[in-house]
Amino acid sequence: MKGKGKQAAPKKAQPRATVPHLGSAQERGEVWVLAEQRGGIVQRISFELLARGRALADRLAVELTAVLLGPTAQPGLRELIERGADRVIHVDAAALEHFLGEPHMRVLECLIKARRPQIVLAGATTTGRTLMPLVAVRCRTGLTADCTHLEIEAGTGHLLQVRPAIGGNIMATIKSPRHRPQMATVRPRSMAPLKADSKRRGEIIIEQAPAELLASRIRRLSFEAAEADGANLPEAPVIIAGGRGLKKRESFGLIHELASLLGAAVGASRDAVDRGWIGYPHQVGLSGKTVSPRLYLCAGISGSVQHLAGIKTAENIIAINNNPDAPIFNIADYGVVADLFEVLPLLMKKLAAYKAAKGEPTESAPARGAPAGGVS
Amino acid sequence: MATLEAMNIVIPIKQVPETSKVKMDPTTGVMVRQGVEAIINPLDLYAIEVGIELAASGGGRTTVISMGPPAAETAIREAIAMGCDEGGLLSGREFAGSDTWATSYALARAIATLPPCDLILCGERATDGDTGQVGPGIAAWLDLPVVTYVSGILRGGEGRLVVRRLVEDGCETLEVELPCVLTVVKEAAYPRLPTLRGKQRARAARVPVWTAADIGADVGALGLEGSPTRVVKIESPTVARHGQICTPKDPGQVEAAVEGIIAYMEKLDLL
Repeated sequence: MKGKGKQAAPKKAQPRATVPHLGSAQERGEVWVLAEQRGGIVQRISFELLARGRALADRLAVELTAVLLGPTAQPGLRELIERGADRVIHVDAAALEHFLGEPHMRVLECLIKARRPQIVLAGATTTGRTLMPLVAVRCRTGLTADCTHLEIEAGTGHLLQVRPAIGGNIMATIKSPRHRPQMATVRPRSMAPLKADSKRRGEIIIEQAPAELLASRIRRLSFEAAEADGANLPEAPVIIAGGRGLKKRESFGLIHELASLLGAAVGASRDAVDRGWIGYPHQVGLSGKTVSPRLYLCAGISGSVQHLAGIKTAENIIAINNNPDAPIFNIADYGVVADLFEVLPLLMKKLAAYKAAKGEPTESAPARGAPAGGVS
Repeated sequence: MATLEAMNIVIPIKQVPETSKVKMDPTTGVMVRQGVEAIINPLDLYAIEVGIELAASGGGRTTVISMGPPAAETAIREAIAMGCDEGGLLSGREFAGSDTWATSYALARAIATLPPCDLILCGERATDGDTGQVGPGIAAWLDLPVVTYVSGILRGGEGRLVVRRLVEDGCETLEVELPCVLTVVKEAAYPRLPTLRGKQRARAARVPVWTAADIGADVGALGLEGSPTRVVKIESPTVARHGQICTPKDPGQVEAAVEGIIAYMEKLDLL
């Protein structure tokens, strides 16, 4: 791109065979992470990716670059360096403000072909999971989805990509031995960001993107923000979820109340969604969202194979169910075999008392504000 | 569902094991797959339904395609029983072991050999592989725009569709030029069941089987050999976490159990 004005728009992808770009154990290509911004604010997933990328880059003794597409406020660029990047490549074209597919694809493809990183990581977000397969096809290289663990293979230097498959029943280790870059999307919340270090130094490169890369056959007409209790389940640190055991729509309110008391997101089993108690964006499981919160607390969910597949990477699971044989208790870290209609009201009463004792206002505080936990 | 002009719609689907009937071996934590029947990927049913509704409203046609072993023909017939007009199956040793890159190449080649289409509808992802990479991959091979996570088609006309897309923090309304690829989520439709007449039609339907030669695909880009990624290890993580389970017998014990929850949250520094 910059300094390469003559570079034409990438050739149309024709379904045709590939000439792989071979890797070698001595390769010096950088490790890249695709940072994400929304409304000009760098998103947390960017810092999680930097923590992963930093470990890989150190192991390979190469540099770590964050690529950030779209207009972004200056402190965000700086924070990418403070949290691990050696370099930030920022393409701040207005056409990249929102993710539309083609412009992001062409710009990232162009950067990769010009600079030849050996590894490119993105978040397993709606953006990453759309952009990365587009770029992988255009760059004729392999891509692994939704990884929960990454490491460098001793001897070969290949990237080992570990991901759950078949509903989380198996863990598969995948590599792309003959193609570069090695690409992977990484599950949000599967790693904590590094602490910001204001003494870290790095380079910020502003790239200009030629207009022909920025054309789009998709236009964004409008946007409706989701309700606050967060359909943003994959990134929530705490999730309170309910299922069929709540018996009716009205009592699902207990789940909302507890979530709001803890500043948590609301999840649901497929049964609860199919009964219309809550919308599909809240569904957790094989045909819904896969989540990895610090705490997953569920009530009235027995734990079907599909539901368990969605919560296997949760750090901690607390389950409340009146059936001692419910499969959820097999994976719960703390389980209460009791009637949720007794347990939940009592839990809320005691939580409110706990907060009052700690001197927090009991009524107004919880619903808004930062999600509980503040892990970062 | 919006009323639209006639469209030629292709729906790539995948046959997967019926995981809801699957039990886990309690000691090994491994999925017991014996005798598990194969079904259409549940998330593809929403793409099929959206396709059938769009075709019905505009007088278009739906073609369902899949890649898999010969037995995957039953998935094509099921889709026809639901109301798709026709189908075809990519099958042959050359396709075996394809990763998402090679699979999207093969499906894109198949679509390129069919009569020109206006719309390609995919499920968000398959419930077995769980990657969601094939839909966007097809778009990249065919150089078409793609909208993922589509929760509804609002309107269309003049060679465009207006769709809703679910993202982390809300819902976008996007206008996309045809032809295009859409991957749909569950909110986009309520899949219908096959009718008796549909089943009869499906039984009588001819389902062509295509090889790499039929779709003009480069065999070197197919199958295990043509796939950039390699599965190098499979492990079965142990399922049980051996947590602490309390079974309170009286109100006092319920109270203690609830205090246990609060202590747990406190330990995680969540309060």
